[in-house]
Amino acid sequence: MARTPLTFTLNDAETALFVDEGANLIDVLRRGAGDLSPKQGCAQGNCGACTVLIDGELRLACLTLAETVEGRRIDTVAGLAGGPDLHPLQAAFMDGFAAQCGFCTSGMLMAARALLDRTPDPSRDEVIEAISGNLCRCTGYEPIVDAILDAAQRMRQGGRRAAQ
Amino acid sequence: MAIHKGRGFAAINYPIGMNLGGDPAQALVHSTPDGKFKVALAAIDLGQGMKSVTRQIAAEAIGVPVEDVYVDTADSDTGPHDMGSFASRGTHRVGNAVIRASAEARKQMLEAAAEELEVNATDLDTDGRGNIHVKGAPGRSITVAETATAAQFKQGRTLAGRGIFLIPLSDTDPDTGEMTPVTCFAHAALVIDVEVDDETGEVEVTEINSAYEVGRALNPRLVEQQLIGGAWMGVSHALYETTEPYYPDRSHAPVDFNRYLMPGPGQIVPHHIAVLERPAEDAPFGGKGPGEMCANPVLPAIANAVYNAVGVRCDRLPITPEKVLRGIRANGGAQPKGRR
Repeated sequence: MARTPLTFTLNDAETALFVDEGANLIDVLRRGAGDLSPKQGCAQGNCGACTVLIDGELRLACLTLAETVEGRRIDTVAGLAGGPDLHPLQAAFMDGFAAQCGFCTSGMLMAARALLDRTPDPSRDEVIEAISGNLCRCTGYEPIVDAILDAAQRMRQGGRRAAQ
Repeated sequence: MAIHKGRGFAAINYPIGMNLGGDPAQALVHSTPDGKFKVALAAIDLGQGMKSVTRQIAAEAIGVPVEDVYVDTADSDTGPHDMGSFASRGTHRVGNAVIRASAEARKQMLEAAAEELEVNATDLDTDGRGNIHVKGAPGRSITVAETATAAQFKQGRTLAGRGIFLIPLSDTDPDTGEMTPVTCFAHAALVIDVEVDDETGEVEVTEINSAYEVGRALNPRLVEQQLIGGAWMGVSHALYETTEPYYPDRSHAPVDFNRYLMPGPGQIVPHHIAVLERPAEDAPFGGKGPGEMCANPVLPAIANAVYNAVGVRCDRLPITPEKVLRGIRANGGAQPKGRR
């Protein structure tokens, strides 16, 4: 089968590889680029475990043709932390016990990041709406919603400190 | 047509683990040359926190900081045989095995330290911060790291332990049928409030108030997290989830998350939990297991609440709008039972 060259930016790193025609982005990220942080759950766009950002837009990697990301920027959970410093979302998830098995956590974090990038001070309903495409079977969602609201507050306070 | 409020109650005595001699758990503990301890288990942490809890248990039982313990789980190639993670048994069964393995490792550690300090091992104690000292004389001490190094490179001694926990088979009294199927029970009671729409048959859980008795809560935040998440799953089983088709046959069964119904983040139920601690005698530091019990009593409480709201007794799960409506129709209308 013909293989197509593909270049994109993966969490600040220029990435170039060959992909099979019709390959899914989730397979290319995990097996091609070796980024195991997006998870493959249902592989049909229902569970949200594979959620990534493409040029800042929330996308499901399992429903995205790899060839469509040529020249674009992809953000995954692997790029969320800055070195040893966790992203405020990651810190809030840890402090709020917002994960049990952790399988949904990557997708939840990316869905939350997409929300907070645009809406730094979301309402509880906006948080619920933002993660409504992500399934969790362990937590009952409440700790996740609380953690995202907590992270939003941390980021607003951090922003004020940086501005001062 | 109206929305009817209902309240239901359920209580549970939940047996921890299997019995009948069929539920052993094992653990192996050994130290690195720098005095860190590794716990090898074949038991699995599914996210319920067993890795955290067994780490705490091992640290407490060996007498070292929790940071100095590493728990290696879920590999049956390297961990000793264990029955698995089910029946709410992890904390109780595996925790007991870890205590026994840790006790043996601690004994060897104190013997090695005694040799270095030229004292009797029975006169030694740990401070839980990485030091071993003579009782009543904290100045006469040696670090766990120095002890482990001396044991391995000087004394030729292991700091290791083996642990197994097995509740033996309980024979049945041939005359009375009496036996002891279970040694450790956890308990819970719940009050659940619902609203039932007698036009659509939809049931909405509006509030859960619960008390769970789990022995000692070895890791209180993990216990609370598990209870909240488990109760959510109980609501889901009571009202939504089924692998069987509603009708007419198996070919209509759900095959993916589109058709397998679950409540989403928009259906979070306010849940107020009281965790009661009555440490069990044969439990590791008194800890039983919340496990399955966090979901089980939710189902009968919701069924009772639906009966209280509209007088429909659903004895098949899930309690779908269709079942509620058929029940209301069979009764000739909603029959709220009111509060007593």
